[in-house]
Amino acid sequence: MAEDNISATSTNQESSQDAHTGHPTPMTYFKVAMALSVITAIEVAIFYVEDLGHGIIPILVILSAGKFALVAMFYMHLKYDAKLFSGFFIGGLILATTVGIALLGLFKFFA
Amino acid sequence: MSENVAAHSEHEETTTGLNHRKLLMWAFLGSDCMFFGSLIATYVIYQGKSKVGPFPEDVFSIPVTSVSTFVLLMSSMSMVLAYAALTRGNMKTFRVWLFSTAILGMTFLAFQVFEFHDFANHKVELDCTNIVMGELTDHEKSFAHKCAAEGVEEFKEQHGLTPRTNLFGTTFFTLTGFHGAHVTLGVIWLLSIAFHSFRGGVRPETNLDLDLAALYWHFVDVVWIVIFTVVYLFGVFPGI
Repeated sequence: MAEDNISATSTNQESSQDAHTGHPTPMTYFKVAMALSVITAIEVAIFYVEDLGHGIIPILVILSAGKFALVAMFYMHLKYDAKLFSGFFIGGLILATTVGIALLGLFKFFA
Repeated sequence: MSENVAAHSEHEETTTGLNHRKLLMWAFLGSDCMFFGSLIATYVIYQGKSKVGPFPEDVFSIPVTSVSTFVLLMSSMSMVLAYAALTRGNMKTFRVWLFSTAILGMTFLAFQVFEFHDFANHKVELDCTNIVMGELTDHEKSFAHKCAAEGVEEFKEQHGLTPRTNLFGTTFFTLTGFHGAHVTLGVIWLLSIAFHSFRGGVRPETNLDLDLAALYWHFVDVVWIVIFTVVYLFGVFPGI
């Protein structure tokens, strides 16, 4: 197919451009994927450590937040995109968290 | 996600200077955060409030769910690689990664179907000749007396989890079901783009179409990251 034959030279040039402009390269995406896999493995391993007691909650929350941030920053490219996009997403996230905390307060902790 | 994204998002002749389709997608994702936030909060509120079993510790299999989580995380990687290939004009690689993403998405859905089927057909199985109450879950303990009452060596009875069984079933299936529906929609979207590309409808200069689908796909992934921790890992942990 003709469209498949867009030159390798162009590909190499863009790879080098990516590296210079600070945008993620496929290697960065691969490293992020490995980091996500390792964090998930740590989460599961920690889950089976019985001695941690309730200490498991903040640990898992931090690890989960780390995974969330990695995907949002690198895969959803919020780190490189316009701040308004981040504003829309983080705004929704803050509202969702606020609603969640309010519901928990009303129905679980002060019921 | 390089120059082309910048070209799409930062040099548009719009009031914001940003592409309005992309802005709309982010607004939608922000609203979907609230949707899933409400469902997750509802699950947490009713956690431990079910009067009858099965409970999370009876049905959840963390190793199986960990594998399905890994599959979804890898699908996010193949999605960005598809996008990177399209941006570079490498259509063959783009299609390989896009189909890989769709296949990984379908694999995740297959795990979910297996899990739902397994939960719905959950059985209480007790070895009546060797019952150690400390090793039984609360749900299993409620059947221990039947061993003596029925005078059997092995007790086996089906007590599946459905949305109507208890509060856990209702909130769990609603939350994970809606997430599964999002994944299904994502798979259909990705396959549509893949087949459209064979007819010349997807080109490097129109990569925003794929960018929007990718954003949706990654969002589905981050929602699952939260669900895996809050529902599965916290769900089985005693005392939460």
